[in-house]
Amino acid sequence: MTKKQKQIILLSACLALPLGIGTNSGAMHIMEGYLPLGYCVIWGVLCVPFVLAGYFSIRRRLKENRRSITLLAMAGAFIFIISSLKIPSVTGSCSHMTGTGLGAILFGPASVGILGIIVLLFQAILLAHGGLTTLGANTFSMAIAGPFVSYSIYALCRKLKVSRNVSVFLSASIGDLFTYCVTSFQLALAYPSESGGIQASFLKFLGVFAPTQLPLAVLEGVLTVIIMIALESFAVKELKEIGYLKKEEAADEQEK
Amino acid sequence: MSRKNKRLVLILSIVCLLLVFVPLFALRGADFGGSDDQGSETVSEVTGKSYTPWTVPVLEKLLGGEVPSEMETLFFCIQTAIGTGILFFFLGRMYERKKLGRNNSDL
Repeated sequence: MTKKQKQIILLSACLALPLGIGTNSGAMHIMEGYLPLGYCVIWGVLCVPFVLAGYFSIRRRLKENRRSITLLAMAGAFIFIISSLKIPSVTGSCSHMTGTGLGAILFGPASVGILGIIVLLFQAILLAHGGLTTLGANTFSMAIAGPFVSYSIYALCRKLKVSRNVSVFLSASIGDLFTYCVTSFQLALAYPSESGGIQASFLKFLGVFAPTQLPLAVLEGVLTVIIMIALESFAVKELKEIGYLKKEEAADEQEK
Repeated sequence: MSRKNKRLVLILSIVCLLLVFVPLFALRGADFGGSDDQGSETVSEVTGKSYTPWTVPVLEKLLGGEVPSEMETLFFCIQTAIGTGILFFFLGRMYERKKLGRNNSDL
């Protein structure tokens, strides 16, 4: 990252910071028109520094090695597939997964912001799913908060020497769950309950999303592990290039 | 792909299918509405009055009404198709590369 890029990110972060104080929270696929205008703007501005950081991180990576665009496209495609599948859940309602875990593990959380925004725009414009006014809030929960949690959990698990598959599973499924926690929080902030305030309202929204999302989070974890096994088997060279596999580990993989 | 991984992928795939289809058969007659919609209903519940969205999605504005459900299905399918196409096109090329024993050449 060049000095100028750092300055731009810092500047936008400074602009976003005053808005962030007291409103630290998140959301996923809030429908169009369901968030008061003020909140739409706040969440939108909060996303700016992250999206900029993501843009610069992707640009730098592609400058270093243009070929990493293959894996980047695959990570984006994975989000496309996963977030378009509405899955029935144990509560008798449907929900869908986020698919952002894979990108976060491979490219770091910032880059996923860009991939996520593409998907959210597609769904907001063509599908009347999510919305343009709530884009900021939805981006924050699905493409920023979730991936950051996924990435941290993956890094933590690897440090604790948890096996790679288990790390990937935990990282993807907890990131998915966290996305919905953030959504609940965003909704709760905008609609505090009359009796219990934000907290009561948060628990209420979480009560709606969490039971439905729990099995889906497991499913997302499992799917991410499957695709990761495929990549580790066939894309050793690319994974090595983006630094996911270390040189010596890669040598083991290829011997198998 | 090692034998161990093959077995793992097979087991995981079965787990996926079970996760999707067990609720469908276990809860006969459930309507399986979207949880995003439920969220919106909860908004009304929490605030104690029915909530009217202050704006509608772009496409609905252009069409002057709801997007027909078949069309919505079409758009969802297009999204899945784009993703699947890109992901498995590259995975196929990578598979072939390994098969030809050119692990270290670029795609």
